[in-house]
Amino acid sequence: MTSPAILTAPAPDPTLHLSENRVLAVDGLSVSFSTFERTVSAVRDVSFHVDRGETLAIVGESGSGKSVTSLAMMRLVEHGGGRIDAGCMLFRRRSGAVLDLATAGPRTMRAIRGADIAMIFQEPMTSLNPVFTAGEQIAESIRVHQGKGMAEARAEALRMLDLVRIPEARSVLDRYPHQLSGGMRQRVMIAMALSCKPSLLIADEPTTALDVTIQAQILQLIRALQDEMHMGVVFITHDMGVVAEIADRVLVMCRGEKVEEGASAGLFAAPRHRYTRALLSAVPRLGAMAGTDLPREFALLRMDDEAPVKEAAPQATVKPDAAPILRVRDLVTRFDIRGGLFNRVTRRVHAVEKASFDLYPGETLSLVGESGCGKSTTGRSLLRLVESQSGAIEFDGRNIRELPPSAFRDLRRNIQFIFQDPFASLDPRLTVGYSIMEPLLVHGVAKGEAARQRVHWLLERVGLTPAHAQRYPHEFSGGQRQRIAIARALALNPKVVIADEAVSALDVSIQAQIVNLLLELQRDLGMAYLFISHDMAVVERVSHRVAVMYLGQIVEIGPRRAIFENPQHPYTRKLMAAVPVADPARRHLRRELVTDELPSPVRALGDEPTVEPLVEVGPGHFVARHPIGAFGR
Amino acid sequence: MLHYFLKRLLGLIPTLLIVSVLVFFFVHMLPGDPARLVAGQDADEQTLALVRSELGLDKPLPQQFVSYFTHLFEGDFGRSIRTRRPVSTEIAERFMPTLLLTLTSMVWAVVFGMAIGIASAVFRNRWPDRLGMTLAVSGISFPAFALGMLLMQIFSVGLGWLPTVGADSWKHYILPSLTLGAAVAAVMARFTRASFVDVLHEDFVRTARAKGLNERIVILKHCLRNALIPVVTMMGLQFGFLLGGSIVVEAVFNWPGVGRLLVDAVAQRDYPVIQALVLMFSLEFILINLVVDLLYGVINPTIRYS
Repeated sequence: MTSPAILTAPAPDPTLHLSENRVLAVDGLSVSFSTFERTVSAVRDVSFHVDRGETLAIVGESGSGKSVTSLAMMRLVEHGGGRIDAGCMLFRRRSGAVLDLATAGPRTMRAIRGADIAMIFQEPMTSLNPVFTAGEQIAESIRVHQGKGMAEARAEALRMLDLVRIPEARSVLDRYPHQLSGGMRQRVMIAMALSCKPSLLIADEPTTALDVTIQAQILQLIRALQDEMHMGVVFITHDMGVVAEIADRVLVMCRGEKVEEGASAGLFAAPRHRYTRALLSAVPRLGAMAGTDLPREFALLRMDDEAPVKEAAPQATVKPDAAPILRVRDLVTRFDIRGGLFNRVTRRVHAVEKASFDLYPGETLSLVGESGCGKSTTGRSLLRLVESQSGAIEFDGRNIRELPPSAFRDLRRNIQFIFQDPFASLDPRLTVGYSIMEPLLVHGVAKGEAARQRVHWLLERVGLTPAHAQRYPHEFSGGQRQRIAIARALALNPKVVIADEAVSALDVSIQAQIVNLLLELQRDLGMAYLFISHDMAVVERVSHRVAVMYLGQIVEIGPRRAIFENPQHPYTRKLMAAVPVADPARRHLRRELVTDELPSPVRALGDEPTVEPLVEVGPGHFVARHPIGAFGR
Repeated sequence: MLHYFLKRLLGLIPTLLIVSVLVFFFVHMLPGDPARLVAGQDADEQTLALVRSELGLDKPLPQQFVSYFTHLFEGDFGRSIRTRRPVSTEIAERFMPTLLLTLTSMVWAVVFGMAIGIASAVFRNRWPDRLGMTLAVSGISFPAFALGMLLMQIFSVGLGWLPTVGADSWKHYILPSLTLGAAVAAVMARFTRASFVDVLHEDFVRTARAKGLNERIVILKHCLRNALIPVVTMMGLQFGFLLGGSIVVEAVFNWPGVGRLLVDAVAQRDYPVIQALVLMFSLEFILINLVVDLLYGVINPTIRYS
């Protein structure tokens, strides 16, 4: 796979050779980071190449060295304290000249960055400078590399915004990043990156922070622009679905080393390396549960264990004809937006609009939807973490919304929360043992030795050891912390656990383990989950029933199988179609380029949305037939 | 923005009213009798009573309060007990030297402080950082009177380049402003460094470098403005403090500023001067804060006013 020409040592220009169609050839790249105490080698002996018009995906979990590799190509790794220890990176500039990026001087690198190699980053909000307009940030690149004047660069920036299909490009030019939506910001980033027609584009997790329908748009856009400009693309991601969607070839990295490389179709069909197989077994695939009614654990391959994988038993935890443990009727939660000279309410965010659902003991009901659809607010409203305006929340026959504070406190024991970010949701200055014990003490359930015993039991239950109780959160990995958060949620034997994007921030293999843990705990302890997520594939795996939310309303609710195999609402179908599937054979090739945005739930005073009762279309399967947002007009 | 500005200006009125009420009672509760101080140690009871009635201090407190406020609304701050001149002229004479000294001190302190802070942040943990932070710590810990006298010893007495005391020509401003600004520069350097170090780790700095910008533009264009908010906050606070006049520096350089005016007024129980000065200091602080808050919006467009 390394071409013979690259094996010659890096030397002055004439000996640098790169075959005609090749943009980049990296050979034996090693990068290390030095701190006062030790030197960590982040990337070891990695080689790969990228051809013109080709997309190479670099895949791996956190700590695999994929981002460091990309920063090394830009030679930005040095700004983060890294050093390129060995290897050469031959690169063909637009002018046709070939040079070694590993040894190029700072001035040459500056001329290459942004002009010959451009980069898009993960977080479009933090990657754009908040104090400059979108137009200025694009024009700056153009001025630096093409020597154009102010007005000319601005005109070119406008052309770039049109190229990335931003609606109303002219007005976006003068807007600041915080005035743009996530998808628009990423389009601005792409416009900035492509403004000088680079021959190589490095995209570092460009769609990870975006909603699934927006992700689909951005992936299509990158594909289309790649074809137009005929550039090589290095696409760094942890999402196998995205890889299958976009990559021609795939490079799998694990702990700083290359473990496998190959054409996309072959790698997905017949992964050779154990790590790749383990990784693929952990990827939730939309449609994997077709033909079944109940959730089932992931059949996980282990890296260190040769034992064949057992298919887990389906999750039959719901007793037929049990009464619902939680019953929500016409829940409305709105937030006021104030403004003007006298701070009056000018507009309202209609976060939840007349949401109704039941949750049965031992059942997992998933709330799915994109950001701003009100799914998290619904979860919070149940525990009165935010105040609702009307509706009823009945738990065990009592209306939570009308309970006095003292009675409500007792009730809170029965409903517990697991949050998305395991880094932010644990107090860094408390031992995890104390964090888990705290609910027991607060509610006076147990104290002293009894509480300690309970903590030890909980830690073992979630796959940790009692010795972990003495440690602090920073000593744990993300997956372990989420286990701790789960142990804390279970401390009071709740009947309902609200998992708000509980697995979204985790690596795929960890995510699969946590999903399995949640399912196992449900089998043994019998609690109900309200599983709030934007990830359709995970939802398909864990749910008994699913509710799809859009603009604060539940537009479709029913058994998981009915929703996934027979979606009735156009929004459900759109959401389903946008999910990238980890199978190159099912790639959504050459779809129409779409640019629509998520509609806003902010409305003027008195402008109430229409909400009508859902219509039953199958057993337990209800769907909205009235117009909502962009649908049904 | 205009709404916000008007709202804040309206909010200024109650604050000033509360301050003036508090100051009035506070001042009248100070131990010591201004009439005794004016009349002298040896004055008899009769003279004392005469002086007291002349100053209006013989009336009951509520009546004094009412007359103070009626005069205040007419823009009349009264006459100084000590000099018998109108308080407004008294303060006006002292205000300009203080303002000019404050401005010169602030200008050099901000320029040098920020430059040192930026250099320290960019070369973190290397020699420019260590040198800069050593300077900053010295600036904070070296007492102003000692610095003032040291500078005077070297430049006025030793080299004879600069005048010693007074406030007559621009040359008179150099040494006092250096003395006064040293501590400010040191604080600015530390604040700029701290805020810059945070900004240097932001994602958009990586984006700016990935565009191929040279390091100078990355730092001065992309980082500086983002790092400016805490620095501007500190700048406003320091400016307010300096406008209050520095007793030490004014004493060392025999500077005719408001700091000494206040000290003299307190020593003489010069009620009208104390009241007017405290009112002026609060007004200054409020206005500076308002300007700082408006500057936030100019620096960072993500900040919204409501």
